[in-house]
Amino acid sequence: MKDDPAGAPRTVPVQSATFTSQVNAEIRRAAATGIYDIRGGGAKRKVPHFDDLLFLGASISRYPLEGYREKCETSVTLGTRFAKNPIKLAIPVTIAGMSFGALSGPAKEALGRGATLAGTSTTTGDGGMTEEERGHSKTLVYQYLPSRYGMNPDDLRRADAIEIVVGQGAKPGGGGMLLGQKITDRVANMRNLPKGIDQRSACRHPDWTGPDDLEIKILELREITNWEKPIYIKIGGARPYFDTTLAVKAGADVVVLDGMQGGTAATQDVFIENVGQPILACIREAVRALEDLGMHREVQLIVSGGIRSGADVAKCMALGADAVAIGTAALIALGDNDPKWEAEYNALGTTAGAYDDWHEGRDPAGITTQDPDLMSRLDPIEGGRRLNNYLKVMTLEAQTIARACGKNHLHNLEPEDLCALTMEAAAMAKIPLAGTDWYPGKPGTSY
Amino acid sequence: MHIFDLEAQGLRALNTTLQAQKNDTNQTVWEVLNPKGSHAIAVGLDAPIEVNVRGSTGYYCAGMNKQATVHVHGSAGPGTAENMMSGTVIVEGDASQYAGATGNGGTLIIKGNASSRCGISMKGIDIIVHGNIGHMSAFMAQSGNLVVCGDAGDALGDSIYEARLFVRGSVKSLGADCIEKEMRPEHLNLLTDLLARGGCAAKASEFRRYGSARKLYNFNIDNAY
Repeated sequence: MKDDPAGAPRTVPVQSATFTSQVNAEIRRAAATGIYDIRGGGAKRKVPHFDDLLFLGASISRYPLEGYREKCETSVTLGTRFAKNPIKLAIPVTIAGMSFGALSGPAKEALGRGATLAGTSTTTGDGGMTEEERGHSKTLVYQYLPSRYGMNPDDLRRADAIEIVVGQGAKPGGGGMLLGQKITDRVANMRNLPKGIDQRSACRHPDWTGPDDLEIKILELREITNWEKPIYIKIGGARPYFDTTLAVKAGADVVVLDGMQGGTAATQDVFIENVGQPILACIREAVRALEDLGMHREVQLIVSGGIRSGADVAKCMALGADAVAIGTAALIALGDNDPKWEAEYNALGTTAGAYDDWHEGRDPAGITTQDPDLMSRLDPIEGGRRLNNYLKVMTLEAQTIARACGKNHLHNLEPEDLCALTMEAAAMAKIPLAGTDWYPGKPGTSY
Repeated sequence: MHIFDLEAQGLRALNTTLQAQKNDTNQTVWEVLNPKGSHAIAVGLDAPIEVNVRGSTGYYCAGMNKQATVHVHGSAGPGTAENMMSGTVIVEGDASQYAGATGNGGTLIIKGNASSRCGISMKGIDIIVHGNIGHMSAFMAQSGNLVVCGDAGDALGDSIYEARLFVRGSVKSLGADCIEKEMRPEHLNLLTDLLARGGCAAKASEFRRYGSARKLYNFNIDNAY
């Protein structure tokens, strides 16, 4: 571009759509530090999601239920296949696994309090079971993870269900790292590792390698716990049809399916943003696997990854899930990324809503930290109250939509209640594009 | 002594019966007949009883054991004594892969050879192997002691934390961040005790010690593999 002495209009500067300012900043950061970016949370990129689906509602061809008067059930029973003691929850919104270590003790307590008030379950994470969450969770799911940090038979028996974690949506095929900043004496002791070192969570289990082994592992866990506990298998959204099939084959009572928007305490940004599928693309494939095996509703399906509202819950149920799990949304309900801490987020070089360096342990909201001063900012009783409120609102929202679709139980929502706004969402969710009776790949169509 | 015919009475009945034993039980010695490679034999025990399994076992024998002594008079399948908390497990024959995986405590004695990944992610257990061990043993081993009277396979102690490894024979290769370390008097004393507990005739002075270089303890891109 040159100056035009005649004063003719100049071309304006054009920023590259490929080399955006964000991309360029990351290149400069990588060049300066020599290390990839590690962060918490889930995928931030825009992917087809539940916003791309709409409910049709009732009309002449469908009969609605009265919004505030007629009953719309929300309960769900999990673990009906083999367990002696299935879990009955009042609402189909559960709290996903998050570790003590990644989260503070008060945060775990708040999750337990809120979940219990709402009549649902919460879940441990890597690092073992704490008294805070066992004591305050009426229904607690105990995760059985590759690291086996804190794993012991007494806690296994104190749990209400066992979740064998094969993968998670933020990083299918990946392990994790709890950085040394968060390894206090208590965390180190629970994990049997030195204080202050980075603690690696393995990407695969140490004593089984495939579905045949997993079947025997499940037998062992059932034998240790007198066949009482429902056994969940959690998978990341990689190959949902085959992974669900194999989980059922291995003997799962419940399959937990986590899409790429699902959060993590700490993983490489490149992993979070580039590995795995959006949950929207996974649910129908998992349901198809269950249907092909004649196991839909006998093996329950819990889905997670970016669920925010009762509308999202209702859409998951309509696509065939039995329940959902929330993680990031639950932390936000507790106060994570609240603008009231904006000055402190700014001091950390970020802003409310974008803070994701959960692994560094400097969370101004006092949730993803082990720092005593920061931890004290979260009142677990108030946090539990807020979480309960949020869970109630989600449930009321889902009921509102279900009634409008003429359903007296959230489980009665069905794919026929939905339409898709985009071709991508239509293809992924196998839901007709709005205004048509067609979706890409629909059987009997040629395109 | 109580005799339990696994083939006739079934796994569920066996584990229910053994798990029901209390600390003060007077039914302290059990014989399990006809194991025939069954999985999950004598898992989740929590009483000071002795269980003699007369034959070879499948996966996860004595898994998550507390207090009990489980004696396999044969060979053992994968994951024997996995996540053991306390007590003793003795295998007269060979043990398949993942023996003693993630064990938190207690003692595992293998009188034959152990396959790959012996002591993987061990968290305090003591493992004494009279013979050889396979590749990737003591991977991410956190604490406890692994004694090998024979040879060790490839990648011993890969990504090891604070566990101590003692090998009398050759080590085919060491894994990431695992190095040979000085055998000081306290280690010789510890090893002498472990050898005695394991019923090994070998002398502590014949062993070499391996452990963590601790270069992977805090992430450094220059140490990445």
